[in-house]
Amino acid sequence: MSVDVLVIAEAVAGEVPDVTYELLGKGRELSDGFSGELALVLAGEPSPQNLFGAADVLYSMSGMEAGYCAPQWEMSLGEVIRSAHPKVVLVSTGTVGIDLAGALATQFDGVLASYVIDAVMEGGSLVVTSQLYGGKLLSEVEIDSFPAVLSVVPGSFASDVGRVVGEPRREVIDVGGSLSSAKGIAIELREPDSSGVDITAAPLLVSVGRGIGSKENVELVAELAEAMKAPLSASRPVIDQGWLPKPHQVGKSGKKVKPTVYLAFGISGAPEHLEGMRSADVIIACNTDAKAPIFEVAHYGTTLDLFDLVPELTDQVGG
Amino acid sequence: MRIVVAMRQLADLVEELEVNDEGTDIDREFVKFVSNEWDEAALEEALTLKDELGATVTVVALDEPDVDQTLYAALAKGADRVVKLTGNDPDTWVRSRERAQRLASFLAGESFDLLLTGVQAADDLDGQLAGILGSLLEVPHAAVVVGVEGSDSKVRVIQEMGGGLLGVSELDLPAVLGIQAAKQTPRYAPISRIRQAMQTGEISEHEVELSDASAQVKVRRLYPPESTGAGATMLKGSPKEVAAEIIEIIKSKGLV
Amino acid sequence: MPVGGNKQAAGVTELAEAIVTSPLSGREWDVSGGSSRMLHSRVLTDYSASGFAKIAALEGGNSLEYCFGCGKCVPVCPVDLVSEYGPRKIHRAVQTGLDLFKSDELWKCTTCGNCLRVCPKEVNMIEVMPAVREVAMVEGTIPDELQQIMEKTFRYGNALGENPRRRPAWTKGAGVDVRVLASDPSPVDVLFYVEDYWSFHPRGQQAAQAFARIMTSLNVDFAILGAEEKTLGDSQRLAGEKGLFEALMEEVIDVLAKYQFNRIVTPDPHGFNALKKVYPKYGHTFEALHYSQLLAPLLEQIDFQGSLEATVTFHDPCYLGRHNGEYEAPRKIIEAIPGVKLLEMGRCRENSYCCGGGGGGMWLDGFNANHLSERLSERRVREAAATGADILAVACPYEVSRFEDAAKSTGNEGLRVMDIAEMVDIAMRGEDWRS
Repeated sequence: MSVDVLVIAEAVAGEVPDVTYELLGKGRELSDGFSGELALVLAGEPSPQNLFGAADVLYSMSGMEAGYCAPQWEMSLGEVIRSAHPKVVLVSTGTVGIDLAGALATQFDGVLASYVIDAVMEGGSLVVTSQLYGGKLLSEVEIDSFPAVLSVVPGSFASDVGRVVGEPRREVIDVGGSLSSAKGIAIELREPDSSGVDITAAPLLVSVGRGIGSKENVELVAELAEAMKAPLSASRPVIDQGWLPKPHQVGKSGKKVKPTVYLAFGISGAPEHLEGMRSADVIIACNTDAKAPIFEVAHYGTTLDLFDLVPELTDQVGG
Repeated sequence: MRIVVAMRQLADLVEELEVNDEGTDIDREFVKFVSNEWDEAALEEALTLKDELGATVTVVALDEPDVDQTLYAALAKGADRVVKLTGNDPDTWVRSRERAQRLASFLAGESFDLLLTGVQAADDLDGQLAGILGSLLEVPHAAVVVGVEGSDSKVRVIQEMGGGLLGVSELDLPAVLGIQAAKQTPRYAPISRIRQAMQTGEISEHEVELSDASAQVKVRRLYPPESTGAGATMLKGSPKEVAAEIIEIIKSKGLV
Repeated sequence: MPVGGNKQAAGVTELAEAIVTSPLSGREWDVSGGSSRMLHSRVLTDYSASGFAKIAALEGGNSLEYCFGCGKCVPVCPVDLVSEYGPRKIHRAVQTGLDLFKSDELWKCTTCGNCLRVCPKEVNMIEVMPAVREVAMVEGTIPDELQQIMEKTFRYGNALGENPRRRPAWTKGAGVDVRVLASDPSPVDVLFYVEDYWSFHPRGQQAAQAFARIMTSLNVDFAILGAEEKTLGDSQRLAGEKGLFEALMEEVIDVLAKYQFNRIVTPDPHGFNALKKVYPKYGHTFEALHYSQLLAPLLEQIDFQGSLEATVTFHDPCYLGRHNGEYEAPRKIIEAIPGVKLLEMGRCRENSYCCGGGGGGMWLDGFNANHLSERLSERRVREAAATGADILAVACPYEVSRFEDAAKSTGNEGLRVMDIAEMVDIAMRGEDWRS
């Protein structure tokens, strides 16, 4: 059997991100549709060792430098694709996908769909749904020529389907020899600076508004954020009062954020705030005022008092 | 250093976007077009490099609605030269593969050290420009770039790898970079300067003819997502129950 | 008294020994120390006039150096009450080396005009500040918040960055027909220039709807420009964007030229100021009225169905009162509403406090938070609450949202902030303002 679907693991710092399992789950479904094999390609050795059972083949690119260098990854993945010859390549719209999906599609003269949130087989064709214009519109495209590269938005598929215990067949592709001709070198990976706060990068944000009442009370929500390992963000009044420093601010004069989940406590939802967070995938709002505008954009809401709810959440997350 | 910045116009997301009669594109007739915000960051990074190292900055864009305004603003901010590529229909969707081909055709006759463009655009159905363009030009490329340090023959780039991790690498020149964020917020061009650029500045035009377009996916339909209904689903119950429900929702997104 | 708590104590130097000699008797008194201490006079040598050259070279910039240091402007400066400010202090800072073009001090002035009112030398900060700001912008110094507003105004024709096509959206909730000139271009008496905050801000829209109902009940022949309207941009001008103001003016003039109307009525004192004082300098003359000026003489025709039953205090908008001399029209309206008792604040009329929104301050709340001990709007709301009034009445579209925010943040939620048009509308319809 030939490899029909190849999943690229975006494991730059060693750990395989959750989205790789999402892609493996979807990849399994698509490769079964083609009656072919599913392969996963990783830089270096697999870690964890035994959770890639959804795939039939595991390609390890050996000889890569530590760190990340786009031209080296492009060259190495190119070798794997030449060897595996897949119909469909799945990658996420993370940095590796944004860097390389277009380049690989161009190199192998294939088609490419980006911002993908769904893909199903229909006869011999792939029908792919993408989010365009910041999610304001969806596009449905038909792919009947291969190879095709799909760059998938993280969170689109269930990851547990792809997280299967098993040992796929191993193929080691040594790219070390040819890398010297790559037009770039990796220098280093820099760990996040824990002293600073980057609320724009986090997939989960715990956000607090005027309803918190005082600087001392902010601590209550800060504990929840810590328990959830999420940054603490805030709406304008909290910043203006000096309860939190400016880098924490979400909204018109703060940062625009687009986390997967946005938890809003005591935020009424002034237009200036909504502008900064309304494109979050899931918004959960807690405000005692049932008429607060935040509930217009929130997906889930509660009018419970945040002073009752927040400690309960902290307890449950901690436990 | 010679820097080229590729900019583009995009339907303004402030607008209500409507789908055309064929259902395959947005209705472009009544939409306002503005410059892609990431391209603005790319321009800012180029101008910052110019301030720091000395460079010439050329801005190039396809013929799209209100592109002149973007190009004049670029002149007002400090670009040395602005070029409009003609030959495409300004009122249709130029997909990213074709956009890259048109830019590559212009760049073939242009010597440059760095090409900067925005990391993405909201209608990048066929992939993000920097990677495609780098591949077409057979030069190194990197996207999601948040830091650029130039030298004579190499460029050091810092890329966001997610979760706050930064990847630092060094690329040979020339290189193509997709800029996520510039070192500072894009500078302000006072309106008087833009108006002055309109009177005295010059947009040079360059016609591009494409013989064979590269493959792109076939759009069956474009449609708005189903409305989630007005307002939030209200969670009922005691703090304990609601907390449990909230945690369940967060977990379903693969977080916590 | 310093409210901010961050005032600097005056520096005094005390004589070690002080003897006073009577010129008549020759008798000497030892007044060393104690309440009758004597001070050295301070000799000012640590300044130079060189800092003024660049400012004086600007159109409108020359009056700063007229200052002879009397300091009358400082106690009336609204910003000084919550920080260290005022033309005299700016003048002194420039003397001693402040580069105003690069300084944060440049952006704190709200151009409220109270300093000019009392200045014997006519130091005109309403001209100085915009002129310096214009140069600062060209040189790349502009607070981020303000930059975004300028870009939105240029792009969309309104400071809120709203879709221009949604400008007439407020009319849907008015309950009366509002004519849009583009769809019915026949001549009209009153061109209602709605301006940004009444067009787009939810609280402003309610006032716009109230005003439309009042005009309808008074049989005023009025119409709006709808999607063709753009902001007149006077606050953008005073924040330093003269080029933007001029670009907007060209477009506004083109649109106005398409229609026939007798007068322009606007709720926005800033837009009113532009039409009345700035447009004529460019050769564009219209009969412009603030909405209070249209309503005041017509009030006796209103058949009020109810009574408001409230004590009310009124905040004079700087650009209606001090800048254009209109103090009576809004008060006539308030007093004509049945069941209203008007209580004046200590600072009112010519000496009215500023809400902090003028001259770009509307868009610098985040920036100013780092410089002021409290917002001007918060300070003003506390003054309003101290009168014991139920309602703080306003006549400027900037103010409802500013003062409502301030009422919340200062713990004065009990104070209702209402536009005078909303008050008239409620009484006219016999409704209860508390509901």
